[in-house]
Amino acid sequence: MVMEVDEPAVAATTSQNQPQEHANDFDMDTSEGPIENDETFEPVDQINWKFNQVKGNIDADVHTEADVISCVEFSHDGEYLATGDKGGRVVIFQRDQSGKYVKGVRSREYNVYSTFQSHEPEFDYLKSLEIDEKINQIRWLKKKNAANFILSTNDKTIKLWKISERERKIGDDAWNLPRTNRINTSSFRGRLQIPSIVPMELIVEASPRRVYGNAHTYHVNSISVNSDQETFLSADDLRVNLWNLEITNESFNIVDIKPANMEELTEVITAAEFHPTQCNWFVYSSSKGSIRLCDMRDRALCDAYAKIFEEPEDPQSRSFFSEIIASVSDVKFSHNGRYLLTRDYLTVKVWDLNMESQPVETYPVHNYLRTKLCALYENDSIFDKFECDWSGDDKHILTGSYHNLFRSYARGNNQDAKTWEARPQEPHSQLRSRFVVPSAKRKRNNLSSSGETTEEDLSSDQLQFDRKILHTAWHPKDNIIALAATNNLYIFSDV
Amino acid sequence: MSVVEEATDDALYPIAVLIDELRNEDVTLRLNSIRKLSTIALALGVERTRNELIQFLTDTIYDEDEVLLVLAEQLGNFTPLVGGPDHVHCLLLPLENLATVEETVVRDKAVESLRKIADKHSSASLEEHFVPMLRRLATGDWFTSRTSACGLFSVVYPRVSPAIKSELKSMFRTLCRDDTPMVRRAAAAKLGEFAKVFEKTAVIEGLHSSLTDLHVDEQDSVRLLTVESAIAFGTLLDKANKKKLIEPILIELFDDKSWRVRYMVAEKLIEIQNVLGEDMDTTHLVNMYTNLLKDPEGEVRCAATQRLQEFALNLPEDKRQNIICNSLLNVAKELVTDGNQLVKSELAGVIMGLAPLIGKEQTVSELLPIYMQLLNDQTPEVRLNIISSLDKVNEVIGAAQLSTSLLPAIVGLAEDGKWRVRLAIVQFMPLLASQLGQEFFDEKLLPLCLNWLTDHVFSIREASTLIMKELTQKFGGQWASTNIVPKMQKLQKDTNYLQRMTCLFCLNTLSEAMTQEQILKEIMPIVKDLVEDDVPNVRFNAAKSLKRIGKNLTPSTLTSEVKPLLEKLGKDSDFDVRYFSEEAKNSLGL
Repeated sequence: MVMEVDEPAVAATTSQNQPQEHANDFDMDTSEGPIENDETFEPVDQINWKFNQVKGNIDADVHTEADVISCVEFSHDGEYLATGDKGGRVVIFQRDQSGKYVKGVRSREYNVYSTFQSHEPEFDYLKSLEIDEKINQIRWLKKKNAANFILSTNDKTIKLWKISERERKIGDDAWNLPRTNRINTSSFRGRLQIPSIVPMELIVEASPRRVYGNAHTYHVNSISVNSDQETFLSADDLRVNLWNLEITNESFNIVDIKPANMEELTEVITAAEFHPTQCNWFVYSSSKGSIRLCDMRDRALCDAYAKIFEEPEDPQSRSFFSEIIASVSDVKFSHNGRYLLTRDYLTVKVWDLNMESQPVETYPVHNYLRTKLCALYENDSIFDKFECDWSGDDKHILTGSYHNLFRSYARGNNQDAKTWEARPQEPHSQLRSRFVVPSAKRKRNNLSSSGETTEEDLSSDQLQFDRKILHTAWHPKDNIIALAATNNLYIFSDV
Repeated sequence: MSVVEEATDDALYPIAVLIDELRNEDVTLRLNSIRKLSTIALALGVERTRNELIQFLTDTIYDEDEVLLVLAEQLGNFTPLVGGPDHVHCLLLPLENLATVEETVVRDKAVESLRKIADKHSSASLEEHFVPMLRRLATGDWFTSRTSACGLFSVVYPRVSPAIKSELKSMFRTLCRDDTPMVRRAAAAKLGEFAKVFEKTAVIEGLHSSLTDLHVDEQDSVRLLTVESAIAFGTLLDKANKKKLIEPILIELFDDKSWRVRYMVAEKLIEIQNVLGEDMDTTHLVNMYTNLLKDPEGEVRCAATQRLQEFALNLPEDKRQNIICNSLLNVAKELVTDGNQLVKSELAGVIMGLAPLIGKEQTVSELLPIYMQLLNDQTPEVRLNIISSLDKVNEVIGAAQLSTSLLPAIVGLAEDGKWRVRLAIVQFMPLLASQLGQEFFDEKLLPLCLNWLTDHVFSIREASTLIMKELTQKFGGQWASTNIVPKMQKLQKDTNYLQRMTCLFCLNTLSEAMTQEQILKEIMPIVKDLVEDDVPNVRFNAAKSLKRIGKNLTPSTLTSEVKPLLEKLGKDSDFDVRYFSEEAKNSLGL
């Protein structure tokens, strides 16, 4: 795992230094300065998130359903950030390319690079089914030439898009035949001319290259590109298919958990991902809370898994909701391929590939909801699918919650991770962190924490469940995160 | 302006249009222009083609893939149009650009064209222009250019100086160790081809280490490509080196962890056998092969099973019978009850071919039980495959041995619910008839054939009328009149008009296998009757039948027998009937 030398150190210094000390950073040569501290970051400190940018209309209640962001993904080099929305649009942001430095680091500003309509609403006439245009997931391909390529998927159809720049066009001169009255000119005089190529204002084009369709009976929840860069998988509720990127009319079914009798159905696939380096391995998670690792070398059909990661259920705490909240909503391999990160309704867990019996780390996300499961069940919130992410160096973990709150955890650090609130504020100012207290204890906590300046108490009764951060992404190298909160895209960083 | 110039300008008009359409918004028009690029180049002359057209084409890299594909192809044939070998290097730049686009088909075509024009270069210009381009591609930033580079080594290498040769070698070695699997795949795929152009003495030193690296690559998509390269490499080596260098690599691939690699080995089994066969311990190879037959993955077993007969055939003759009976058949017996239907049908397709290799006695004792079991298999494809290769076993033991099991199998297939299965067995009937003899056929199979004539699926009815001809040719016209004509007479009176039409179709094919005398006696009365049918469809099919049957009659009989019928149909109240009778008349010259 190659790390940008300054990154972990920046994480360490910013949390040690209070904001007023930032002035020092300016004087330091940023590429050299923090390296000294490089050895000191274990265990790493929590990151103090600073506001960078917000995209989308911030007047809270003024948005249409189509504007709701449904996925966020950084490109492999972090220079681009893609979002998809419920209206089937994909927006690509590009990191500031001017090379200017802000607060001692290369500018972390992202600006719109290209916007295009990836999917349109469709109607399946055979099954009388409406197919939403909502983009369920976006995956970047590793760069293969000057253009960028992404895979985007809605419930049924996966598309490969090419996003390319164009700076030159064919000049408008040197026509051999007059452009007017063409009907009358049937003869040609003079010398044949070849058109010339002239420069033009840079435009970014998105063109569809491949459409991988008609392979999923159920809703596609994940796509993942293999490390061989030749194949990718797509997973729906009951099946996982394997595709070759160049072939659209054929895909292979590698997992099928559909029982012969649908009444015997007890679990569905919730997410699937390829291992970052081992081309044979992929994992898929299920609604029962287990994660299966499959090896494609063994068999063409991977119904039999190689490993199953599952925590034994505690019979004491069993309730009507235990299975629902155990459902894994997202699974991600760490960048070094050693760990798995999973998110269920109340926690985020880290699994070591070498230990199947239990996770090596478990972090509570919003324990205060444990008493409210009944209400959450009634308003369907309990079925929300939160994503989770690794930082570029695998030392931090990110996931979202309700009320536009999100959390990041420094692994192995016992100090409590704060709960941050995503809301518009001054650039580079530290985000407001919140402390959610169960309603009954509210008063007492209010008193005890009144001295805090950055942390404000929030009663769990006040939580707004329609404002939630489901989709998150962490920059592959720097501590920059992108969070989708309804129709807004927030970008935060540690600088 | 002089008259002569006027004339040339007029001739240039279409060219002017073509050039202008190079930038038309409609991609089909651009494609059209690119396809006629040679015409444009011819009109411009070699100098302007080099200086202006090629320059323009180099910059049009932004176009649609289908345009780029055609462009890449065209440029491969451009050598004379830019002034021959002396100037061919001006084509390198546009093709180099095309070799880096992301679309594989375009890249491959560009590489193909580059290979073509490499031959047109003089040795000097190859070193001066082509090699630097190859260097740029091989060290390009994007993997697309590096994958394209892999395909060019074999055309350059034989024609350059030793210094450049060694540079090329090290360049290729670097590509074999590239970070991206795509490049390693391209290198693995081209390694065999590159090895072929090496000097015999240099090939081991030059490429063996790369092959060794690639066959243990962490990506199975790379390893599976080394199977073919290793085979190609092996053919270039002498016995000792082959055994020392290639055999271990192939043996490892046989046991690869990834089923896709083992599948590739199974696919290339015969070639591997040819490369290793003579020098390698036969039992070892047979053991490795039987392991493939027992592979946990069905796809691998399928591919391995497919090659059972060919593998057996290639075995040294003195050991063959022993190996088949003691090793291969033991595994084959397990495959008979394989859980995978495809494996069983592959087995059924090849197992008959073993009979001639092991002789009558062994066939009866070893193979016959397998045949019987497969004939009783649940899956129709398995039974069909056994029946379809009946001829092979017939030569050895005679099909009579099988007839007791054969009949229930055939009857089962004949009544199968899937019409495609029925269709397949219908088409095997002539083969079965010749293998099993007339007596058996008349007794057991003929009733089936006659039943198919009234099948509710048209394709089956049609296919069964077609086999009637072959059967009649085999058994003679007399056989037809005693066995088939009565059925025709029955059909002719059927209340369903479709059956009456089937009757006509059948008569069509029968007439081609019968004598004129028989036609007049057996067929014409039926047709005559159907000409009067109530349903127009039957009547115009009767007209069509007359056209076909008439071809087998002498002119005088035509006039006396056919013409009156057609004239009658010509006055029919239905338009279609009149049309087809007219057509029949014209075709028969009446």
